[in-house]
Amino acid sequence: MSEETLFDLIVIGAGPGGYVAAIRGAQLGMKVAIVEKRATPGGVCLNEGCIPSKALLDSSELFSLARDKFALHGITVDAPALDLAKMMSRKADVVKKLTDGITFLLKKNGIERYEGVALLKGASTAGQQQVAVEMPGGTALIAAAKVILATGSDAAGLPGIPFDGQLVVSAREALSFITVPEHLIVAGGGVIGLELGSVWRRLGARVTVIEMLPQLLPTMDRQATEQLYRSLRKQGIQFKLGTRITGLVKNGDRGTVQFDSGNGTEELECDKLLVAVGRRPVTGGVGLETVGVRLTETGRVAIDEEYQTSVPGIYAIGDLVAGPMLAHKASEEGVVCVERMAGMKSLVEYNIIPGVVYTWPEAASVGQSEEQLKEGGVAYRSGRFNFAALGRARCMDESEGFVKILADQESDRVLGVHIVGPRASDLIAEAVAVMSFTGTARDIGLTCHAHPTLSEAMREAALDLHKEAIHA
Amino acid sequence: MDIKIPEVGESVREALLAKWFKKSGDVVTRDEPLCEIETDKITLDLNADAAGVLTITAVEGTTLAVGTVIGAIDESVTVAATPSVVPAADKGEQGAVPPTSPSVRREMREQGITPQEVTGSGREGRITPDDLLRLKGEKAKNAPLPPTTATIAATAPSVRTEDPPIYTSSRDERHPMTPLRKRISERLLAARQQTAMLTTFNDADLSRIKSLRSTYREHFLQRHGAPLGLMPFFVKACIEALKEFPLVNASIDGDDIVSHHYYDIGVAIGSEKGLIVPILRDADHLKLFEIDKAIAGFSEKIKSNRLAISDLEGGTFTISNGGVYGSMLSTPILNPPQSAVLGMHAIQDRAVVQDGQIVIRPMMYLALSYDHRIIDGREAVGFLKKVKEYIENPEELLLEG
Repeated sequence: MSEETLFDLIVIGAGPGGYVAAIRGAQLGMKVAIVEKRATPGGVCLNEGCIPSKALLDSSELFSLARDKFALHGITVDAPALDLAKMMSRKADVVKKLTDGITFLLKKNGIERYEGVALLKGASTAGQQQVAVEMPGGTALIAAAKVILATGSDAAGLPGIPFDGQLVVSAREALSFITVPEHLIVAGGGVIGLELGSVWRRLGARVTVIEMLPQLLPTMDRQATEQLYRSLRKQGIQFKLGTRITGLVKNGDRGTVQFDSGNGTEELECDKLLVAVGRRPVTGGVGLETVGVRLTETGRVAIDEEYQTSVPGIYAIGDLVAGPMLAHKASEEGVVCVERMAGMKSLVEYNIIPGVVYTWPEAASVGQSEEQLKEGGVAYRSGRFNFAALGRARCMDESEGFVKILADQESDRVLGVHIVGPRASDLIAEAVAVMSFTGTARDIGLTCHAHPTLSEAMREAALDLHKEAIHA
Repeated sequence: MDIKIPEVGESVREALLAKWFKKSGDVVTRDEPLCEIETDKITLDLNADAAGVLTITAVEGTTLAVGTVIGAIDESVTVAATPSVVPAADKGEQGAVPPTSPSVRREMREQGITPQEVTGSGREGRITPDDLLRLKGEKAKNAPLPPTTATIAATAPSVRTEDPPIYTSSRDERHPMTPLRKRISERLLAARQQTAMLTTFNDADLSRIKSLRSTYREHFLQRHGAPLGLMPFFVKACIEALKEFPLVNASIDGDDIVSHHYYDIGVAIGSEKGLIVPILRDADHLKLFEIDKAIAGFSEKIKSNRLAISDLEGGTFTISNGGVYGSMLSTPILNPPQSAVLGMHAIQDRAVVQDGQIVIRPMMYLALSYDHRIIDGREAVGFLKKVKEYIENPEELLLEG
């Protein structure tokens, strides 16, 4: 082991929180090191999460369009054939291009990369936080006044039904099946379960989603989740809500899932069980216990307003800390954490972080749901516009869903926007911008929107809030 | 119960929320310090008025108007609730707060501006980037202008044309000045630019005072609980000298000279946050041990952040003791509107000539900086000679009453 190498900042984990924090630190003049155990940067998001799943969602969407919708548009083709290997290699290509891009960005910003497992070693006598990186070629000792933990999260399992990588799988494997499952059972009606369930449904699998709660996506606006539930059911995904999985009997490469909906034990056979019941922060193996980093009761890393943990000089961001486990939330925190180190008065505005479900139709939301407003006793107005009444949506033959805007009764400030419909993921950006600017429903109503576009639905919903919608 | 920025003095309208000692969700007991508040004059701790669970609504590092609510204590909860640590977020804006954009909000945080002090020019009172620029311009205009162009040219700092890098490795670090430091720098610069400051020097033989102190220290300590320090002798000596040279105790107000028929003596005390000058009121009525105790009391208050604005206001003359840091000779800076300041220095054994003999004596250089506009050289020198006389022959103080 050679003498320790000194940096201003060490980031542990090169996911969307870590690599963004590292680049921002370099921009602000810090000498930065980033430690990542994977060969490629980008974390779960890029390697086995957001990006590969979107690549497959887009591919499978095209496949289902060719199969189910072309005829409607007057395009006659033979039934499309699926080349799953090709689809997967395209996905791998997308991932590679993007991870290569981040490798380039890290290099361009002069960030030192350490490929290995980081272990916190505590503060040196000079007050520097020391980190040992175990690499294939030996251990490197590095140190910096400030260390950011950005180790992210991994999939939580079902009690009694451990992952086996074959029959019982997590999202990682479900993004790389080599054949289309005959019957895919998805445990968990959250974002990951619905997205991957959609992929395999479109490619021909029978898909059953089993959710313990009586509702999908419990934190989302009720009207939005109900719309999504109807749309997904129409596509042939089957749902068992309010249902608990009680066991799994394996026979060969197939299994029988036992579950209870309140009427005793029932059974369903499947060839894949995707467990997507949540994710837990990766707090083990980094040496948090040795240096004394405190966790909250929910197992997240406890931090203060500076994102500093209970150990001075050690910071934490992203899935490790409280809040939704979202890539863009982690990136925001990475930037703000580093900027605050540099003395800037940056803040993450947690009440305006958008969330998206990439099913088809897509669902996207920002701010508070109608249920939350009711519970909080906030006097609000609601405006809604259905895509069925929108010219562009009709042209696209994508008429399911709506835009709903919730605004303060008195000030008219936009408090929440919920969209189910085509390209909701892109449409939500306008809502986030308006809310960031503390805008009102009137602001949206007074803003010219191009015709014919999907964005007109946003304006019509804002107008509807004041009972002034033109097309409703 | 709401926690507000308290009234800390007549002239104080805003304060910096310097540091929270507690986190949101923490259980606090009554009278426990919650946060530290810094004004342009003092820093002080804000204690809990009640026991309960703390909610913090203002971020530390922001400058807030007096009366601003910075948090609340929920008295209904006395047991530790789950201290879920959620990072500071902008709370949902209330109806009265004008609309802003993210960049405007960050700019306001950086500048320590609250939305209330800005008049928004946009739709429904929206605060635009232009509004902030205008406010900045107004603030610059209202700042006191130095008197003559000649001195501006000589002393005004060079104007930066581009923003410096925010973080330049560990070799440089940049922090905004605290309000206290800013105020000190403004006052010092103003004193140099707005007065005709001059310094006269002398020295004093402290043999008599030293022997007096060593003879009576024990007795004095037992009787009064005060150590019989050096400073009370200087306070007494200055007051007697001020009585003989009343202009040194006077001040200029516009075209008038204001004479003060009382002796409020400022005693400069160094602290971590900067030099603080609490005032000994009507010091001519105080006995030596009372002065001693008062100074010790001020030091204690500074340490525990309990100094009140009223302890600092007014003052007709100041004594500054650079000797505690070992300074041999320096020129103190006036504390306007006062017209003079006495600088004490380190006591050193020096060879001096007395009665044609070279002898070793504990000597101290004395410096009197004065405003030449109101005090003539003759008076300044006379005053300082008088102080020297009383210090060298402290029994004279007794004779003068």
